[in-house]
Amino acid sequence: MNKILKGRIWTFGDDIDTDIIIPGRYLVLREEKQLSEHLMEGTDPNFHLKVKKGDILVAGKNFGCGSSREHAPIAIKGAGISAVVAESFARIFYRNSINVGLPLLESKNISKQVKEGDVIEVDMDKGIIKDLSNGKDFGIKRLPEFMIGILEEGGLIPYLKEHMSEIKG
Amino acid sequence: MPMTMAEKILARAAGIDETAAGEIVMANIDVAMTHDLTGPLSIDSFRKIGVQRVWDPEKIVVIFDHQVPADSLEAAQNHIIIRKFVQEQGIKNFYDVQEGVCHQVLPEKGHVVPGEVVVGTDSHTCTHGALGAFATGIGSTDMAMVFSTGKLWFKVPETIKFEIEGKLRPQIYSKDVVLNIIGQIGADGATYKACEFGGETTHKMSISERMALCNMAIEMGGKTGLVEPDDKTLKYVNERSNKIYKVFKTDENAESLKTMDIDVNDLDPQIACPHKVDNVKSVSEVEGTSIDQVFLGSCTNGRLEDLRVAAKIMKGKKIADKVRLLVIPASREVYGKALEEGLMKIFVDAGALVCNPCCGPCLGGHIGLLGPGEVSLSTSNRNFQGRQGSPEAEIYLSSAAVAAASAIRGEISDPRL
Repeated sequence: MNKILKGRIWTFGDDIDTDIIIPGRYLVLREEKQLSEHLMEGTDPNFHLKVKKGDILVAGKNFGCGSSREHAPIAIKGAGISAVVAESFARIFYRNSINVGLPLLESKNISKQVKEGDVIEVDMDKGIIKDLSNGKDFGIKRLPEFMIGILEEGGLIPYLKEHMSEIKG
Repeated sequence: MPMTMAEKILARAAGIDETAAGEIVMANIDVAMTHDLTGPLSIDSFRKIGVQRVWDPEKIVVIFDHQVPADSLEAAQNHIIIRKFVQEQGIKNFYDVQEGVCHQVLPEKGHVVPGEVVVGTDSHTCTHGALGAFATGIGSTDMAMVFSTGKLWFKVPETIKFEIEGKLRPQIYSKDVVLNIIGQIGADGATYKACEFGGETTHKMSISERMALCNMAIEMGGKTGLVEPDDKTLKYVNERSNKIYKVFKTDENAESLKTMDIDVNDLDPQIACPHKVDNVKSVSEVEGTSIDQVFLGSCTNGRLEDLRVAAKIMKGKKIADKVRLLVIPASREVYGKALEEGLMKIFVDAGALVCNPCCGPCLGGHIGLLGPGEVSLSTSNRNFQGRQGSPEAEIYLSSAAVAAASAIRGEISDPRL
């Protein structure tokens, strides 16, 4: 896992739900690239054309609320987005993202202090986000150790393959 | 150590004597459920993990309900993939397109008993806490871990217990109670928490009404919904299941327990307004809003009791000319009973479309999609923008009583008037 991420940000408000991230009619799709073509279609049908590899999403509270659809973080990852920063995350989305290897960073009060188009640098080890466009720094809440472990292996599947015998016991 | 119901169930599942909110436990899963929309991804992930056989086919339940019958080639293909998988793995608890909504079929067929840990690749799995199980929604890769190992990690949640007291007035239902709670605490008001519903009023409710309460726990961010089992719970469960189970109850002095008193004496019908479930208003604030489609159904309020409430209001009446009313019983069992009781005739005569048991319009992926500018009133659980079709449509959520009264008048209506 790349511990330092740098990218242009796209900003979103509070309570961005999974129907906005990937509408229900696309859940029949399973492939990352296909799903990414409908990313955020609930609010902006052209978002997938604008977003570039390495971009980062920055949102308010309760990002990813709603459904357990794993299609949501898969679509985000498929679009090349390297991480999602938010003031807080809904719990099923939180687990799903770590499981598919999409880093989530919880940072209080960030969303109103940054602007869409800013470039930020995320240092996951130090737990700091630097907004290179306005010079502000923000703290990141540390993930539980074993979730960091899952992310470091690239997601739950590689993690399980590595640790299967321990888990099965 | 005093513990909550959630802590006790997770401790038991993890094979330890006690646990406390905030700890991480590895729990043995009792029931793992997946459906036709999230099943294929679960199978994909399972294949990638590389384990050949699921840990215990008897603990897995597979139910088709979101795209039934298949309405696209992709849906048909997904069904074929899952049918092959259940056969290959020897999963006997497989309910194909005819049975109905997963959260109705699961308890109906006796798969849910108190004290067990139930996971499902659907966020409304929290419904099953109504029968005293720790039931929670998970993603497809988590489910693949369950399929491979029979275990899943959990961070033990704190509990917020809603002590519901007071007498519900006529035409006021548990849907109104839970919408009112969500309106008060917000869409993230119970994030990471077990939402326990207690108080005398909860225990006066039927199992069906309790299911509606627990179903909506996720809409306040809850990890699960729970109701302490009582005689009604045991009667429901014992009629359907031979499983041996244990009833757990919350200790009053458990440290992670917070309580919130909810007085329902003066509660009016509640409506969740576009585009958030916590945008809750009293019906008086929105009555008269013109509607194009009404959806009576879903895992929230598609049960026999809901259909009875609606039929009583609609008997001998016709729905407004411009309204499309979709009546979708939550399961084949509910459909059959509703037929026997003459409810379907009431709906058909009123001008409704009576559909096969399925999720239908709930998630805008199957039937009854809304076009731009249209307004829907739905007895389901979510009204996010674009949820039922066009992002330029609007969805209001309500009880079955409000839905029935509104379908007749063509506008959001108080069923008591």
